[in-house]
Amino acid sequence: MTDPYEGPVVLPDDASLGPEVQIDYPGYRSTQWRAPKHPLVTLPEELHALEGPVFGEGALEALDNDLTRQHDGEPLGERIVVHGRVVDEDGRAVRGALVEVWQANAAGRYRHQVDRHPAPLDPNFSGAGRCLTDDDGRYRFVTVKPGAYPWQNHDNAWRPAHIHFSIFGRMFIQRLVTQMYFPGDPLFPHDPIFNSVRDPKSRALLVARFDLAETQPDWALAYEWDVVLRRTPVEAE
Amino acid sequence: MRTPSQTVGPFYAIGMCRRPDNELDPGGVELAGRLLDGRGEPVADGVVELWDPAGRRWGRCGTEDGGRFSFLVPRDVPHLEVMVFARGLLRHQLTRVYLAGDVPAGHEALVAEHEEGALRFDIRMQGENATPFFEH
Repeated sequence: MTDPYEGPVVLPDDASLGPEVQIDYPGYRSTQWRAPKHPLVTLPEELHALEGPVFGEGALEALDNDLTRQHDGEPLGERIVVHGRVVDEDGRAVRGALVEVWQANAAGRYRHQVDRHPAPLDPNFSGAGRCLTDDDGRYRFVTVKPGAYPWQNHDNAWRPAHIHFSIFGRMFIQRLVTQMYFPGDPLFPHDPIFNSVRDPKSRALLVARFDLAETQPDWALAYEWDVVLRRTPVEAE
Repeated sequence: MRTPSQTVGPFYAIGMCRRPDNELDPGGVELAGRLLDGRGEPVADGVVELWDPAGRRWGRCGTEDGGRFSFLVPRDVPHLEVMVFARGLLRHQLTRVYLAGDVPAGHEALVAEHEEGALRFDIRMQGENATPFFEH
């Protein structure tokens, strides 16, 4: 039998596997020694209604929500607005949620010592931002569209353009770290991280929508991406 | 339907580790350990977050230094909630570390070891001595 970690990179869709991400997805080879394999232990009851940390304005620095204005000059690339709402599964706004983002520059290079992709760094782009959601659960960043970049998972492997998002919901178990993708990316069928979400409907929730209404004339395209966190328990209302 | 999880990837430090966040209690006790994979190798591209639900204190530490993490944590709490993120981990894992007092059945492997005035707690993703993680 073929070792699944050496076999085909992307398995065919199988919705019977459920909407959740398959954490031991063989196409993503680094899962092999890192994804837990033992049966999980029942979540302690008190964690269902446990509130998580609250971050105020003190967690933010000036221009944290505008990645194009953190240096003396403007970064190269396609300027974009990324905005949306953080809500729970019942559609209720998650207010005051800390949203952290990080991304590659327009050339597909991260400002990180581990990144060896021979694409240029941009002296005017760090690629990190933060904001807090408002009373309606809204967040908004100005940035540049990240480039695709190669990685070592398999032969000729490239990640589709994406922005990393880390979100603290109100409840401890609403914590989410994920990636936002751009619509119509030709790399989608070839990316095992994207395809580790086995249900196509669930996977589609990772893809932003082009937003002409919020696109700023003569200035920047806009993308809208809502984030849906786990249900807020009734007792926490 | 909720937004699915994706890995933090190898470059999380840009966004998640911009400032030191590992002191839940600056006057507390050191809690240190290593994040290890299924071969016992250090996971040097991971993040550990701690949450003290009693005192509402939070902390975070990347594991770039050979899989090691360290925190200053309050001395007077029974346990801390633990979240683990890493490259190769498509969804974060939840566990807990007990510092003192009673330990519920099934959580015996989650007790920190007392070692020369500090607390030690390794997190093993897989293997015979794998850390128990919670369903979530």
